[in-house]
Amino acid sequence: MAEYKTPTSEPEFHANFAQIKPRMNKSEALFESSRCLFCFDAPCIKACPSGIDIPQFIRQINTGNTTGAARTIYEANYFGNACGKVCPTEVLCEGACVYNLQDVKPIEIGRLQSFATREAIEQNKPLFGPGPANGRKVAIIGAGPAGISAACELRSLGYEVDVFEAKSQPSGLTVYGVAPYKITNEEVLAEMTYLENQFGFRVQYNQPIASRRELEALEESYDAIFLGIGLGATNPLLLPGEERNNCVGAVEFIEQLRVQHHRTAVGRKVIVLGGGNTAMDAASESARMGAEDVILAYRRGKEEMGAYEFEYDLAKGVGVKGLFNVAPVEIVGNGKVEGVRFIRTATLHGQVQVVPGSEFVEPCDMVIKATGQAKQTQLLSLIPGLQVDNKGRIVADERTGQTTNPKYFTSGDARNGGAEVVNAAAEAKATARGIHAFLSGGF
Amino acid sequence: MPDLSINFAGIKSPNPFWLASAPPTNSGYQVMKAFDAGWGGAVWKTLGVPVVNVSSRYGGVNYRDKRLVGFNNIELISDRPLSDNLREIEEVKKRFPHHAVIASLMVQSRQEWHDIVRDVQNAGSDGIELNFGCPHGMCERGMGSAVGQEPEVLQTIVEWVMEVAKIPVIVKLTPNISDITEPAMAARRGGADAISLINTIQSIVGVDLDLFAPYPIVDGKGSNGGYCGPAVKPIALNMVKNCAQHPEVQLPISGIGGIENWRDAVEHILLGASSVQVCTAAMHFGFGIIREMTSGLEQYMTDKGFHTIYDMVGKALPNVKHWEDLNLKYKVTAHINEDKCIGCQLCYTACEDGAHQAIQLQEGTRVPEIIDENCVGCNLCSLVCPVEQCITMERRDDGTEHLTWKERTTAGTIPTEFNDERAGGRHHWVPEPAAALGKEQHKTLPGKARQYARADAAALQATAASSE
Repeated sequence: MAEYKTPTSEPEFHANFAQIKPRMNKSEALFESSRCLFCFDAPCIKACPSGIDIPQFIRQINTGNTTGAARTIYEANYFGNACGKVCPTEVLCEGACVYNLQDVKPIEIGRLQSFATREAIEQNKPLFGPGPANGRKVAIIGAGPAGISAACELRSLGYEVDVFEAKSQPSGLTVYGVAPYKITNEEVLAEMTYLENQFGFRVQYNQPIASRRELEALEESYDAIFLGIGLGATNPLLLPGEERNNCVGAVEFIEQLRVQHHRTAVGRKVIVLGGGNTAMDAASESARMGAEDVILAYRRGKEEMGAYEFEYDLAKGVGVKGLFNVAPVEIVGNGKVEGVRFIRTATLHGQVQVVPGSEFVEPCDMVIKATGQAKQTQLLSLIPGLQVDNKGRIVADERTGQTTNPKYFTSGDARNGGAEVVNAAAEAKATARGIHAFLSGGF
Repeated sequence: MPDLSINFAGIKSPNPFWLASAPPTNSGYQVMKAFDAGWGGAVWKTLGVPVVNVSSRYGGVNYRDKRLVGFNNIELISDRPLSDNLREIEEVKKRFPHHAVIASLMVQSRQEWHDIVRDVQNAGSDGIELNFGCPHGMCERGMGSAVGQEPEVLQTIVEWVMEVAKIPVIVKLTPNISDITEPAMAARRGGADAISLINTIQSIVGVDLDLFAPYPIVDGKGSNGGYCGPAVKPIALNMVKNCAQHPEVQLPISGIGGIENWRDAVEHILLGASSVQVCTAAMHFGFGIIREMTSGLEQYMTDKGFHTIYDMVGKALPNVKHWEDLNLKYKVTAHINEDKCIGCQLCYTACEDGAHQAIQLQEGTRVPEIIDENCVGCNLCSLVCPVEQCITMERRDDGTEHLTWKERTTAGTIPTEFNDERAGGRHHWVPEPAAALGKEQHKTLPGKARQYARADAAALQATAASSE
């Protein structure tokens, strides 16, 4: 009972992955911005990790100063357009909107934000430029939300900036890891181009920094190095049968989907393992790719899932079924995946315990593991004096982002262990200022 | 079922809703369509000397997402031949004998007035309205508001009209004057049967930011026009009240200005109007709005037990007093219903910046708190609060005392120093001026500013630490 037909062409793919936060037209933006109360010390600002002055930009939209609105947004967050679409606004700004307390629909802040920034991007409005050159150079590893945000901020402070990106496109997670119904590649890349044009930093694509020699070269040529490397591949489950065909990592699956669109192969019956937001994405995407049955299997109860409720609702809305209190014990099959052997679990004193003798096999022809990503420990071990904590996160000064190797600074998933685009963008901006303070002796 | 019909200075109408003299009453076609829709009467678009019009003619004031909260025009009186209009008036009256057709007129000489009054009487008009209000185009030629602003001229012209008029005559007044009752009294002295008000207010509704020209723009230029629409209702209500309360006016009033729904109409009626005229709303939404208006009025009258329109005419007038007759002992202060508060803190900023600094923020909650002793009961907080019944004004006096400014003046107890009893009997309470500084720092600073502030705070701390 698939709700979506398997897409076989680009238009069909786009139809299945229609944007859940579509672009507002001018009338919509006018009506919606009219509703903002202009709260004092607005809760939406406080709820935004990047602290955008939301009432200000909404009022600017309402008075026809859309360019000013875009400036307000970008001053706080260089991923202004992307964040408007991919942020979990339901639990951030919109979740904090005082209208919620009156049972009135909160202001659609995310869509208003994208409305303003999109216009600036399309008209290539000159809002920012590099600051006067200060003669110093910073290398940035990783062109994700953290790396690009740091690049923009450092350029505005007058630094020369080179970004090294292992992949062929910028923006990291935003283009490779976000569900396609949240934002399109074109939209992400347009914002990246806009920022590059505004700030004039260089990005070198297909340039992985992976060896000590390469790091040494950076250490010699640059005054500071920013690590915006994010996380690594999906963690292995260490279960028998995991190597079978069609047992894939969620991160890898989503990346393939983002790049290859309808050419991505999806099983007819898919089991997604995990209870986080990535699991919801992978399940929802499988359904939109035409899978007949999609089962979300999680080892604890529904209430204990890490995913936001609205993300689970989104998955349920496209026909995904939940299977709770089950733990996978084996990926069964003969060469390729034929099912997952589960054992039922119960939670006792917060601990997951298996129920002996309750094993069963749920047949499927594809398994997507959304069970967390590994840290990039290999690369980090090549940096002298760099400390990581027991969860593999880079240890850094909370305020400046400086690591235990004073030349290295970091932000984003590699430091926070995995969070939203908006967190990476906000942290990176602060870290860029930390770099500035360090290099100008202002610590 | 209440009776909506009226007999306005002898003009009978099935309900009090008339279309005002304006574009919607430009032709027999429109007037018949309006009557068919349910309007009780129509004041025909002003007939007079030949005029020509410009394009464009209208300008609008939009507020946030609302269109035409204010509206203006630079259109003149009817530019259709008098004979066409007379023939159409006759036809409308044949088809709608029980509806009110009032001819609006504007000419110059005594002879012209005599001729045109006879013409419209012959055509079958139920009444005449003298347009002494148009504030643009015609006034420069000595008509319209130019007449309305000169009570003696107005009186003279009314006298000319009354020499030949056999049907009721209404004088339409201009609000472009300091005291509306003066032309109203002049109309009475001249023998008019009724007055109608207000005509449009001289205005510029806006300026094109690219063309540097006022709206509406005619080939790159513009002119002041006549303002109307919902935005003018407060001005109209006040002027209707002024005329209704004045002992020397004593004429039936047709209320005009910002009437868009039944509530607006009832407000005009409660302040003394016994018919109401509508234009902008009909231009904006069409004749169909009459259904909402009559049904709302009927429901209101049923709920209140009013049988006829005349049961409610002027019902609010006894409660409209001069300031000096208001009870100085009556005291209210604001009360925040915490359960309803959504924490927008608009009341806090309004009181802090725009009123009396009588609201404070509290640790650990976004619900602000009223500082009772500082609250002067001004009402601003409850007006800005977006939640119904969240901020209410609670009565603080026990109702036993009553004292007005007039009584104090009579008793010789008028204050000789600034000491406002209403602020707790002390001198008016104001925080120390220095307390204003740095207040915004309590606020969540946006984006970049917040980072700078943090960096500054950190730098300050570092300096303090190093100096220890």
